[in-house]
Amino acid sequence: MISIKDLHATIDGKEILRGINLEVKAGEVHAIMGPNGSGKSTLANVLAGHEAFEVTKGEVFFEGEDLLEQSPDERAREGLFLAFQYPIEIPGVTNATFLKAAINEIRKHHGQDEISPKEFLDLMKEKAKKVGMDDSLISRSVNAGFSGGEKKRNEIFQLLMLNPKLALLDETDSGLDIDALKVVSNGVNTYRSEKNASIVVTHYQRLLEYIVPDYVHVLYKGRIIKSGGKELALQLEEKGYDWIKEEQVETV
Amino acid sequence: MPAESNLLKKYTEGFAAFEEKLNGQSETSFHKVRNEALNKLAELQFPTVKNEEWKYTNVSGLVKNDFEHPLNIETVDIDAALIEKLRIDDVDSDILVVVNGSFNKELSVLSDYPDGIIVDSLANQIKNNSELTEKYLSKLTKIENGFNALNTAYSTDGVFIYVPDNKVIEKPLQVIFINGSSENEVISLPRNLIIAGKNSQVSIIANYVGYGEKEYFTNTITEVYSGANSVVDLYKVQNENENAYHIDKTEVYQNRDSVFSHYNMSFGGKLVRNDINSTLDDENITTNYYGLYLGSNKQHIDNHTFVNHAKPNCESNELYKGILDDQSRGVFNGKIWVEKDAQKTNAYQSNKTILLSKEASIDTKPQLEIYADDVKCSHGATIGHLDDQAYFYIRSRGVSPEIAKSMLIRAFIDDVVEEVKIDNLKEQLNHMIFEHLHRVEI
Repeated sequence: MISIKDLHATIDGKEILRGINLEVKAGEVHAIMGPNGSGKSTLANVLAGHEAFEVTKGEVFFEGEDLLEQSPDERAREGLFLAFQYPIEIPGVTNATFLKAAINEIRKHHGQDEISPKEFLDLMKEKAKKVGMDDSLISRSVNAGFSGGEKKRNEIFQLLMLNPKLALLDETDSGLDIDALKVVSNGVNTYRSEKNASIVVTHYQRLLEYIVPDYVHVLYKGRIIKSGGKELALQLEEKGYDWIKEEQVETV
Repeated sequence: MPAESNLLKKYTEGFAAFEEKLNGQSETSFHKVRNEALNKLAELQFPTVKNEEWKYTNVSGLVKNDFEHPLNIETVDIDAALIEKLRIDDVDSDILVVVNGSFNKELSVLSDYPDGIIVDSLANQIKNNSELTEKYLSKLTKIENGFNALNTAYSTDGVFIYVPDNKVIEKPLQVIFINGSSENEVISLPRNLIIAGKNSQVSIIANYVGYGEKEYFTNTITEVYSGANSVVDLYKVQNENENAYHIDKTEVYQNRDSVFSHYNMSFGGKLVRNDINSTLDDENITTNYYGLYLGSNKQHIDNHTFVNHAKPNCESNELYKGILDDQSRGVFNGKIWVEKDAQKTNAYQSNKTILLSKEASIDTKPQLEIYADDVKCSHGATIGHLDDQAYFYIRSRGVSPEIAKSMLIRAFIDDVVEEVKIDNLKEQLNHMIFEHLHRVEI
């Protein structure tokens, strides 16, 4: 699905990613964990094509294509999706207008016809139900006046609507109470299939109780310093990050 | 005085000839006001950039032209089919037509109004209803510069709207001001008077459009009297031609408990100047100023607003937003004045501009002058570009840069457009915004 090799990236001349290597195959869920400032969100944003970051070295292939050559909208049309840590409010643009534009651009890119109004409405109703959102959402402006939890829920709703090949979830659990966390996790689990993959960026192990990963990677100072199975997340929960940092120092 | 003003020369010298063409109008009581205005024109002349109120708007190019008075040109040939084209689509309204400053009754489409309501030509009312017109006309506003003087001295007509106490005009009144000519470079001088009595209500759409290929100059004044507990909405939709100069002064006098809302939607014109002034001269008054200015090519758009809080317990809200593209230029000068007696005033003002190109610019000057000590006032101005993070967010869903930008424009103007109370007008304004900016509509 995606193959990241020796990825380096900077923002305002400051190096944040210092050689990331990661392989994600279809059907897999990878969790990226790490302390604040380790580069987790940067990795998600660089993969989605945020122009504030400059890739200085390395390569990324997504479904065999050079991802770094593509603009953010091209990446999305190829099947990449980023659930934002801080979703943006777009007053005056309804969720329906927003998602219809997105779906139709993706369809056009794949040589398909535009979605019919009926099909679109049915799809919205079906997916809104999955994340416990009211139908009235359709005519509401994108995230305008939403609470933090509603915004995160809306990100997962968009994920279900667009049904991408690869989902990047950037701290989707932050700021959620346990009920909202369950709803959001359920949404992601509905999305999971053998044909797609997810990279879940999180600071807390709690999310991984609901979205169970196949692999866990620890990011520290812009590098993956340890990888393991889902049990690694539990170890991190118990012992914190310091023991890995020490391990790292010893190996250096 | 500008080095060379053919406009000033023509109109300071041409009054006698103008009087001869007035056809009886020179016998009305208003003619004395004209004569005084003529003296003011000679005295004040046209403003230069040395005048603080005109610092960023240079009219020297405008006043070089000797625009012809409409009485001296062949009447512009307008028919009902053209009116159908020029009226704002889908907005259910009565229609008043004013061609180069003259009210055209034949082309106007009016309702049968309840007793006492007057919707008519101002010239006709000056002639036949002088008691009423004398009381208000040129009394609500002062001549502050040469343009005001020129309008007052040389205007021959415009619209007169009178809503007596306790009456309501149900349908919006759409006044289509058609300015310009395909034969002559003309000056259009509409003069309008709107009087809303106690507990009355009226909604007016002033739709300014251009005609013909020639350069022209619209120089208009509208006076509004808002009676006690009245509700007056004035929507100005300015869609002049790209070769138009447009100068508008709107002066409002508000009585107690009245609500006056002005919507200033500026699309057309190459040089545009709006002065909107309100005096809140009693308690519990609300004044709303909403503005949208869209600039492209080399357009210059200057909005000056002045809210005078003269008495206690009143509220004013002002929200002006602009999108400037290409080499267009904006000016915003908003003054809130709170007099010593005007305790418990709530006054808010905000001006936000987005620059879509490196060559576009805005000079913004919000001003607060407060002489009372128990008030809530705030003002602020921001100048920026489309939000990068929001742009990335929208594109990260697969949306093309072009449509993403349109969505951001929609988001930016939303709070102003949402204030429009006529739904179909709201929709039409949205069309105009994207059309004017040459962007895909959202």
